[in-house]
Amino acid sequence: MKQRSTVADYFIHAFLMLLAVISISPFYNVIITSFADPAAVNEQSFYLIPTSFDLSSYEMLLKGSYIGYSVMNSLIVTLAGTLVNMLVTTCGAYALSKKGMPGRGVMMSGIIFTMLFSGGLIPFYLTIKNLHMINTYSAMILPVAVSTFFLIVMISQFRTIPRDLEESAKIDGANDIYILFRIVIPIVKPTMAAITLFYAVARWNEWYYAMLFMTETKMYPMQLFLRNMLLDVTKMARDDMGAAMVAQLSQIYPDGLKMASVVLTMTPIMLVYPFLQKHFAAGVTLGAVKE
Amino acid sequence: MKNRGLLRRMVEYKYFYLLVAPMLVYFILFEYVPLYGLMLAFKEFNFAKGITGSEWIGLANFEEIFRLDDFWVAFRNTIIIAFGRLIFEFPVPIIIAMLLNEVRKARMKKFYQVVYTFPHFLSWVIIGGILINFLGTFGVLNQLLELLGFEKVNLLVDPDSFRALIFGSSLWRDMGWGTIIYLAAIAGINPALYEAASIDGANRLKQILHITWPGIAGTVAVLFILNVGAMMSSGGGGFDQIFNLYNPAVYEKADILDTYVYRRTFAVGESFGTSTAVGLLKSVINFALLYTANRAAKRLGQEGIF
Repeated sequence: MKQRSTVADYFIHAFLMLLAVISISPFYNVIITSFADPAAVNEQSFYLIPTSFDLSSYEMLLKGSYIGYSVMNSLIVTLAGTLVNMLVTTCGAYALSKKGMPGRGVMMSGIIFTMLFSGGLIPFYLTIKNLHMINTYSAMILPVAVSTFFLIVMISQFRTIPRDLEESAKIDGANDIYILFRIVIPIVKPTMAAITLFYAVARWNEWYYAMLFMTETKMYPMQLFLRNMLLDVTKMARDDMGAAMVAQLSQIYPDGLKMASVVLTMTPIMLVYPFLQKHFAAGVTLGAVKE
Repeated sequence: MKNRGLLRRMVEYKYFYLLVAPMLVYFILFEYVPLYGLMLAFKEFNFAKGITGSEWIGLANFEEIFRLDDFWVAFRNTIIIAFGRLIFEFPVPIIIAMLLNEVRKARMKKFYQVVYTFPHFLSWVIIGGILINFLGTFGVLNQLLELLGFEKVNLLVDPDSFRALIFGSSLWRDMGWGTIIYLAAIAGINPALYEAASIDGANRLKQILHITWPGIAGTVAVLFILNVGAMMSSGGGGFDQIFNLYNPAVYEKADILDTYVYRRTFAVGESFGTSTAVGLLKSVINFALLYTANRAAKRLGQEGIF
């Protein structure tokens, strides 16, 4: 159905384009600020066109010792966390997709109840503390091992697989665990890929449990490092760089340092976004249930 | 014997129990053990004695929090912000999805969608940083205002505009993500309906009102109900967002129960008992909302969340 563009079309495009500009412009600003020379910013009343390209904010940022720990912590938590997420969720979902398993009903109700009712912050905090998980990676990984929403998505995915495939493998003498990894998972690969990505993004973005349970700065993931940078950049710089660097403090361009941290923290997300956006369809199922 | 049959079936499923075991351990350790800790709401917490050993004090914790002005401020804000989200945030993705549906070039449609959705994947810590840079005293907004000869405003510390900032920043982050489900619903509409309508001479607006809208109204209704249900949950209530944006200047308008509990426990160092009581109160309201909403969604013939 080909139609000529009408006035309405132009209005719609103008509006949508305006929204796109609103969506993007803050990022533009963050990026040019992170690469700006403070002198160049001060010169102009409105720093819109980048007239300077200066890496000193990044240099300053990378000079600190905490940033290295933070990047490493975030990578560990994201990799190990996503692995734990996928293993626990996949195995659990596969078992729960079997209607014949005795006790399945009780398990499902027990799991769904947790979506409706939770103990809240204090009992949760005390639980982690009693398990001696403070200042360990496990506190950023294990309490978020399963997302109930992804679990439900996976269960319904496994249900779409025809029984015969599994049964014929069983006749050949394969056990259920072998069947899951060798036959079932390869069939639902696209869903697995989508959920892996969503989990990985969530683990990279994790800051709350880190804030609650990491009391040592060396254990901070990027998100928490960034949060502290934003709250008090000079304190961070002073703590981090030690007495020798205090002399340099006056040269710090706080906004540049903050924005360089923002850019560094969101770079991994920007890198996976092209893959993520292919899985927007998965968002149809997941978008209905807000996390 | 029935029992022997059950036992045989359990043996038959032995590998599945093995597979589900780690997940059950997770739910027990991190969901059910904390539930046990809820009894603190009725106790005077003593670190040395632990949860079980602490003394029962009946409803004294609740009586105490009900006397606190800060609690009522947070309670009121929680409800006002939750309703604000339904009024200001909920309709926007629907409108954008309907507009996107009017874009004929598939490429442009995809472009808009990809651009709008990106911020959804960033944490509120990052977005907090971006907003501070954009809206702060020396931020872009103020540079612009100054250039145009207006007075500077700092939306981040202004109690009068802070709630608008909450709704606005939420939309900025999540409107694209929100449109996905409506676009899927629109994609399910039979294209023949549009063709027939345009042959009959119905203009674009009429097609939107009489084909697109009825085509997604069911989805809208269900999502509305689910949103009402999730209104008080930590995701729906927006702890991450508010915690990363607010500051003492705006507590009176922005402090919600979740942020209040966090602050009074970890920043102020108030007793765990009263904080647990606030948390329990919130959990109960949240439960009632979610349960009712889900029943209502089911009545509409939809699956609901569970």
